[in-house]
Formats: sequence, structure tokens, C-alpha cells
Amino acid sequence: MSKNSNQNQLHVALVGNPNSGKSTLFNSLTGLNQKIGNFPGVTVDKKMGELLLDTPNGKVKATLIDLPGTYSLYPKSIDEEVAFQALCDPENEHFPDLTVIVADATNLKRSLFLCSQIIDLKMPVVLALNMMDLAEKHRIQIDASQLSQALGVPVIKLNARKGEGIEELKVAIAKTTQHSKTDILQINKIAPETIEEIKKIVNVNCDFSAFILANNLNIISLVNLNSDKKAALQRLLDHHQFDAKKLQALESIERYKVIAEIMEKVVKEGESKTTNLRTKKLDKLLTHRIWGYVIFLVVLFLIFQSIFTFAAIPMEVIEQLFLQLSAFTQNHLPPGMFTDLIVNGIIAGLSGVAVFIPQIALLFAFIAILEDTGYMSRVSFIMDKLMRKFGLNGKSVIPLISGVACAVPAIMSARNIGNWKERMITIMVTPLMSCSARLPVYTLLISLVVPEDARYYFFNVQGLVLMALYLIGFLAAIFSAWVMRVILRSKEKSYFIMELPVYRMPRWKNVGFTMVEKVKVFLLDAGKVIVAISVILWVLSSYGPGNSFKEIEKKYEQVEYKSRLTDAEIAAFIASEKLESSYAGLVGKKIEPAIAPLGFDWKIGISLVTSLAAREVFVGTMSTIYSVNDAENTKSIREKMLAEINPKTGQKVFTPAVGFSLMLFYAFAMQCMSTIAVVYRETKHWKWPLIQFVYMGVLAYLSSFLVYWWLK
Amino acid sequence: MVENLAELTEGESARILSFTDLEMSLKFLEMGCIPGEIITLERIAPLGDPIAISVAGYLLSMRRSEAATVVIKRLSASQNK
Repeated sequence: MSKNSNQNQLHVALVGNPNSGKSTLFNSLTGLNQKIGNFPGVTVDKKMGELLLDTPNGKVKATLIDLPGTYSLYPKSIDEEVAFQALCDPENEHFPDLTVIVADATNLKRSLFLCSQIIDLKMPVVLALNMMDLAEKHRIQIDASQLSQALGVPVIKLNARKGEGIEELKVAIAKTTQHSKTDILQINKIAPETIEEIKKIVNVNCDFSAFILANNLNIISLVNLNSDKKAALQRLLDHHQFDAKKLQALESIERYKVIAEIMEKVVKEGESKTTNLRTKKLDKLLTHRIWGYVIFLVVLFLIFQSIFTFAAIPMEVIEQLFLQLSAFTQNHLPPGMFTDLIVNGIIAGLSGVAVFIPQIALLFAFIAILEDTGYMSRVSFIMDKLMRKFGLNGKSVIPLISGVACAVPAIMSARNIGNWKERMITIMVTPLMSCSARLPVYTLLISLVVPEDARYYFFNVQGLVLMALYLIGFLAAIFSAWVMRVILRSKEKSYFIMELPVYRMPRWKNVGFTMVEKVKVFLLDAGKVIVAISVILWVLSSYGPGNSFKEIEKKYEQVEYKSRLTDAEIAAFIASEKLESSYAGLVGKKIEPAIAPLGFDWKIGISLVTSLAAREVFVGTMSTIYSVNDAENTKSIREKMLAEINPKTGQKVFTPAVGFSLMLFYAFAMQCMSTIAVVYRETKHWKWPLIQFVYMGVLAYLSSFLVYWWLK
Repeated sequence: MVENLAELTEGESARILSFTDLEMSLKFLEMGCIPGEIITLERIAPLGDPIAISVAGYLLSMRRSEAATVVIKRLSASQNK
């Protein structure tokens, strides 16, 4: 929403430390009336909502924006930069008329650091003291009116979980129009001359704004700060030997001194000064050197069990609904190209998008619970050292393991990783984990080349091969991460300095909001790309050059076929020949020389092309090529494929060498348009999915090649 | 003798004196680790790294390499209570 379109509407920003209960407050204030998007150019979630305020002039609508959590106005990550720009750049489209600062009452000292910085920017501020219930439990007493006096802004006590104080907060938002009269920290003392001169150049009259501006000159993009002024400012800073970092350290120390004085006056702390006892006890168990890992494994096991069990049912329902929808459409529209496009192109594409919803919703529900309870940061804590060796982060564990279900939600969950390099590596290697779409391909291929009753000691060999494929995927992911750690250049410093929040019960409403939010984001952003690619693939596999398709149909209208074959058999033969002479078929044939070293023929080539939509399409394409009219029946496809003879050599096509070569190809190659779409969405560049496609392709090609020539 | 935060054992308390890495110190400072503040090493991760300290009433985790940039003075056992 641009500011100009709503000139008279009040713009309110919500700011606070991470874990301060900011999102819960946002949800309580706006309800389901939210718009979710992205801040332009970066992968930072942007949430906006509407807020109804009672004013003397009647009800007034205000827009509320949820800015990313930050600890100070010295940004150290992209998230924090977004918050910084919105608050410090008056030309920014999200620059607020009023800022609500959410402070964690149990962590008041640290919260007041950010809070006092924002107050010193001289903008209207309301301070919301959140988690008052917990503070009372810890016997922390806060004198709100004293605090309000010391800061010069209204202070509202709040319990966002229970919804207490929300109405009072709304009243305060409606009433507050003035900024604080006093400077909490006299920044003028730190670099007096410089600040006065900065104020002249950039035409601001607030000392702290001038200081912050000089401190973050390379980040801020003030419109009214043209390059001349910027150069002038830089000269000025050089002249005064303005050492941004030293001054920042000095400012932080001085600010904390003032805060300590304020705390002295307004806070009375009871006995339990250390972190609370329950958290201490739970930490002893959950970060224990044995039990910590055992519990983590059990938690993971439960999550994946429930994803596989519970997501399977709605996924089945969604698939059935779309099947019915396409049958209905086919019956009610005249046959022809247009209907075919709608049914096999668009509806099939939409179905391919919708089928991910249950998995995404469930995985993010679990992630929200893990985050909300405070357990997630403990997982990072116990896994960090292990993961760091491979260029990953303690937080990479969840995306990597979620990749076993599906790379799409897994890559979306990598957003929690703050460090750019570690996040990129996680995104790049996650699709190597064997996802559930590979399972039908593996099952079919294993049944082709490994006898059902083969035993290795008392283990079933088919099962062992399947397990080996999962293990190979995992090892490839770890190995690629290790390689990328060396290659990738990082722009930002990696920090692991982070809060371990106290354990809490999950806020179920938040869990619900997160589910809705993630599904929306996936549908709106990745969904478009997926539908577009599936329409392209549909065109490729349902059209051929010239009138080759018509000739196939003509051929099967001849009496000799009609008398010999049933209608279903004829339909299957037509489908098979059409696919062969379609553009996809031609591509399959064209690439045969390239894939022959891997042991693949053009029929497999066609499947490789159509599998770009999704890996499991392999099975369907194989059944079309081998004109099996019952695609659900794996056994009949298997028999056809087993019987296939290579016309050149007179040998079977699907030898163990070909089977294993193909399995490895599917284990490594990036054959999933949904993943490609999500990687683009999460990285904002086509560069990354392209690199990923190429490196995984090379990995697939080389390993298939080696295994084929080894086994041949 | 100069001691740093990475040298503490579990349960030991110390006073923060200064920092050896300016860049890193900025992050520590905004998180409330200011010179003069008393911190306690609460937990060491099972593999020996990272560690978690309590500061200003909350738990803060960090890698050992990061903790090594914080210069501290151990408090004697009697002050520890």
C-alpha cells in the first residue's frame, strides 16, 4: 500500500525484540484481517493489518504494520535492516505516524534499549509492556506511571496471550500524537560538533536521528539525500574522524547506564533474579548429552509420523476433488484443444499446487509449536557444532530433515536461519534429501532389478536398497554443503549470539495463524510458477510437429486394429504413440545420445523430460509409453518394462545396471518444478535455482554414469 | 592474568570487563552484555560448544569463539552466591 493512496489514514508500526510476543499482539489487534507479503527486494515477511480506533471524531481506521524483530537500530541482518529503514527513513513507504514498541516485561532492561532509541528518534511512541503475567510470576514489579514519566511516552501493561490491555492500548494509540519532549540519552555529548553539522547537511533537527544516519550511511536510502549530500556527509565524517563502530559501542554503554538508572526507579525485583527454575530443569534434560539427542530424535520421529499419516488423508481428498473437477469439466465442455488445456494443463497444475497444502500446513504447525515453546533454539544449541562443520547452522536441522517429506515446505522453513550463507547452503542442499515423491519411482525400479525374495543375512535386499538410497541422499546433501562452505563467499558475519527464551506453552492461535500464513505465501508466490510450468509441460507432451497426431488417430481407425483390439487398448496405443511423436517425445529422442552413456534409451528420456514436473510422473509416463491402460497398477507396468528388449542388442533394457543408474539419477537430479519455484521465491534470484538445477544435474549424470559402467 | 568468557566452567560467575573484538562487541552490547555486568555460565552444549550464559535476567547462547572475545574477571566463590 503506498502512503499517498491513504493520505489521511493513520500508519502504525509494531516494533520489538524477537520473542517479545509481537506477533501475538499483532494477531490480537488485527484478527484475521491481515495482508501477508514481502518487503520489496528481500525475503522478509511483511504483515499488514487494519485496526479500528475510537476517536472523538468517531471510528477511525489505521493500518498496522508488523516490522521484523530487532534488538537495536544498528541492523546486523536483512530483517533488522528492514525494520531500521522503516523507522529511520522518513521517505520510506512504511515510515509510521506512530510506533508501538512491544517490550517483554521479564526482559525489561534489554527491551528498553531498543525502546529508548526509538523514543530518541522523536516520533510518537506507545510502549506496550507485554507478558505481565510472567513478570508477576517472577515477582518483578513495574511501576508503569513512573516508567511513563521517565520515558515521556504512554506505557500500557499488557498480556497479549490473554488479550488483557488490548483496549487500553488502542485508546492510547488513538490519543497519542506527540513525541517525547526529553532526550533519554544526550547523544550530543558523544560527538557534538559532528552532530550539529550533520543536522545542517541533511536537514533533520533531531540529534539522535542525525547520529543514527551518520552511523548507517551505507544502509539508509533517503530520497532527499542525493549523492552530493551523501558525499558531503562522508567528507564531514572523515574530517571529524567519525568512527561509527567506536561511537556505536560508546552510545550502547552510555544508553545502558541511563536505562540502569530508570530501572532502579521503576522496577522492584523479587527473590528469583536468575532465569526461572522450570526452564533450568527442562534445559538440564533437553540439552543433556544423551537425553537431549534421544528426545530430539523422538520429537522428529513423531513429527514425520504425523505428517505422513495425517497429511496423506487430505492429500488423497484433494487429488480426488481435482480428478472429479477435471471429469466434470471434460463432460461439460465441448471436446477440443481448449478443454484439454483447462483439464490437463491448468486443472492438473492447480492440483499439483494444492496437493502440497496439507504437508505445508502440518509441518509449519509443528515448527510454530517448536518455536513458540522455546524448544527450537535448544535444538540449534545442541546441533550447532555438528552442523557447523558442514557450513550449516544448528537451525539447518529442521529444513534438512523435513526434506525427507517434501523439499517445498523444508526450503520455506529455512527462513529461520539468520545467517545468509548458512541459509543459502541449506536451501541448496535440501532437495538432495530423498523426498516422498521419489518413493514411487524407487519402488518401481527396485522391484524391477532386485528380486523380491533376495536376502542378505536376514535382511530383505529390496528394503536395504531403499534405505541405501535415503542414506546416499543424506550423504550427498552433507557433502555438497561442505563443498559450498568453501565456495560461497559470505557478505555478513555469522553470529550465534542469540537468546534462549524461557519455556512456555505454545500459543495455539499463533500456530493457526502461522499455518494459514505459510499456505497463503506458498499458493500466491510459488503457485503461479508451478501452474505456468505445468501448462508448458502439458503443451510439450500433448502437441507434436505437423499433423503427426492426426495420422496416429487415422491409423487406429483402420478395420484391422478395430477388430483385433478393444477400445481401451486402442486408446492406450494412441496415447503411447502420441507421446512418442509429441515435442516431449522428440526431446526424449534428441537427448538419447546424451543419456545413452547412462544406459538410458529414448523412452526413459521422455520420462526424464516429463519428470521435470514432479518425480512421481515417471511412473505415469512409463505406463503411457508402454501403453498400459491401468496406470494405478504398478505390477503391469513392471511386467511390461521387464519384458522390454533393446532392438540393437537384443538384450533386456532394464538390467540391474540401468535400474541402479536410473535410481541414482532420480536421487540426485533436480526434477521438481515446485522446488524450483520455491527456491526462486526464497532467494529472489533465478540464479540460485539455476545453479541448483545444474549442480544436481551434473551430480546425477556423473554418478549414474559411474554406476552404469561399473555394473554393466 | 586476562581471562575470557570461554574459560568459565559451568556454574561459575564473572564480571564483564571489556571486549577484544570491536565488531563482535557491538552485538554483545546491544544484547545487554555491558562492562560491569555480572554473568553466570549456565550450560555448555553436549559437544562442548556453544555455551549459554545468564545475563540481565535471561539466557544468551553463543559460540565459544565468540565468548573468547569477552574479557572477564571471575568472581570468587564467596561472591558467587
